[in-house]
Amino acid sequence: MHPAPSIILFTTLSGLGFGMLAFLGLDAAPPTGWSALAFLVIAFSLAGGGLLSSAFHLGHPERALKAFTQWRSSWLSREAWAALLAMSAMAPYGAGLVFLDQAWRALGVAGAVLSLAAVFATSMIYLQMRTVPRWNHWSPPALFLGFALAGGALLTGRVTVALWALPLLAVVQIVAWIDQERRETASDTDLATATGLGHVGTVRAFEPPHTGESYLTREMVFQVGRKHALVLKVISVLLFAVIPVVLLLLPFTHFLAVPAAASHLLGALIQRWLFFAEARHVVAQYYGRWDKTGMRRGRRFAR
Amino acid sequence: MTSLPSHTEKSLGLVIDLDTCVGCHACVTACKGWNTENYGAPLADADAYGPNPVGSFLNRIHSYEIQPETGPAQVVHFPKSCLHCADAPCVTVCPTGASYKRTEDGIVLVNESDCIGCGLCAWACPYGAREMDPEEQVMKKCTLCVDRIYNENLPEEDRQPACVRTCPVGARHFGDLSDPESDVSRLVAERGGIELMPEQGTAPVNRYLPPRPRDELPELDVLAPFLEPVAEDSKGFVGWLDRTLSRLS
Repeated sequence: MHPAPSIILFTTLSGLGFGMLAFLGLDAAPPTGWSALAFLVIAFSLAGGGLLSSAFHLGHPERALKAFTQWRSSWLSREAWAALLAMSAMAPYGAGLVFLDQAWRALGVAGAVLSLAAVFATSMIYLQMRTVPRWNHWSPPALFLGFALAGGALLTGRVTVALWALPLLAVVQIVAWIDQERRETASDTDLATATGLGHVGTVRAFEPPHTGESYLTREMVFQVGRKHALVLKVISVLLFAVIPVVLLLLPFTHFLAVPAAASHLLGALIQRWLFFAEARHVVAQYYGRWDKTGMRRGRRFAR
Repeated sequence: MTSLPSHTEKSLGLVIDLDTCVGCHACVTACKGWNTENYGAPLADADAYGPNPVGSFLNRIHSYEIQPETGPAQVVHFPKSCLHCADAPCVTVCPTGASYKRTEDGIVLVNESDCIGCGLCAWACPYGAREMDPEEQVMKKCTLCVDRIYNENLPEEDRQPACVRTCPVGARHFGDLSDPESDVSRLVAERGGIELMPEQGTAPVNRYLPPRPRDELPELDVLAPFLEPVAEDSKGFVGWLDRTLSRLS
């Protein structure tokens, strides 16, 4: 799948922002005053900024409000509602913390649950894609919620929670990478079922319908040098889990919190890039490029 | 509304004969022409005369080579467009309600003025039947020429999809596949019509008729049996040549 920068930024940043909001909402003794304002500004910028960057991915952002209509059937619509409701709950809760030194517990807990619901809805958009075996798997909810919670704990300064959550997230991520590979290999869709002609003989793509690229090949048959995937995975785990944990174990200063957060964010972005770039869509079968997706560099698509 | 109807009164769709299709791409051209000049946003081309031309098409022709266990390989031309699935995953993922399946005839359509161009429906489709228009930035797909098949301003013989009407070899058939007595359903029953990617659970309406087994060809070279076998004990110049070349090789 084409790793669009807008979606990578959106899912990573808004996940972190909602993770922070979840911890702020659940906190029994939340920060108040200036300290609360600082956390809330960061959390709302990440969550809101992420949502804004997702709008850049749309062909018609001016019609984005219509996406609230189909919550009965569409996970994207549910995501929009959960995000809106989470922010609507956390805004007055945050105002109470900052201006009145008041923590309205019920509102905070509701905001936290809605924040996690938004992240869960985002992950379900990917899980529901039967066409992408790597996503049609338990891992998107586990990873999206895991990154939101571990990152949220780190960015809200919950050192003990982060020290447990980050190594756990690394383990879940490594298991997910291995099991996603297995899921993709076990996919029962091949060129024989795609054409329905497997009973005649061995089917091989002879000639594609177009000599250049198309929306389909650009969006769904993304080809990239996967020879670096393993290296990128190692770098990603080092950045999002190992380095932040090491920095957290050093004597605490605010100067170390910034590189820990930055390292985690960079690692999360690499993880999210791989989440898209490694995923293969079954339509690649029709182009005879299923086995080749990711193995060689395709012709660059220029608009 | 992007929930799927539990039942459609008809299941209009195409039956494509892979035995007959010659891969001429006339249906592609007819489709692009009709759907550029009529319903919805025109099917744009970008960089049409440049180094990287791309454009939106609702119908594309792949070609495959099939190698049977014995005998020569065979090339099959494979037109592919929206299969108007009964359980269309492209419809339910749509966040705006732009994508829908009609209750009256089962056609899957996009209301372009509601489409936000998020591209999720194209991800959900295993067949690659939906393409984002490079100019309009809305999702385009086969409408089964909904503006032809019910159009009383057209002569009756033209009230079928442009691809079916134009096919010079009659490889494309249009009709109601929910009616077991319709011509298309009988054709599917007779020829063993195929469903594409049944494991994806989309319950497609369109069917493909597989290539018929090739006839066994009789021995065409009628003179061959009368030819003398190659001489084993050659003499004279040819014999010398044979022996010399054998020594060299």
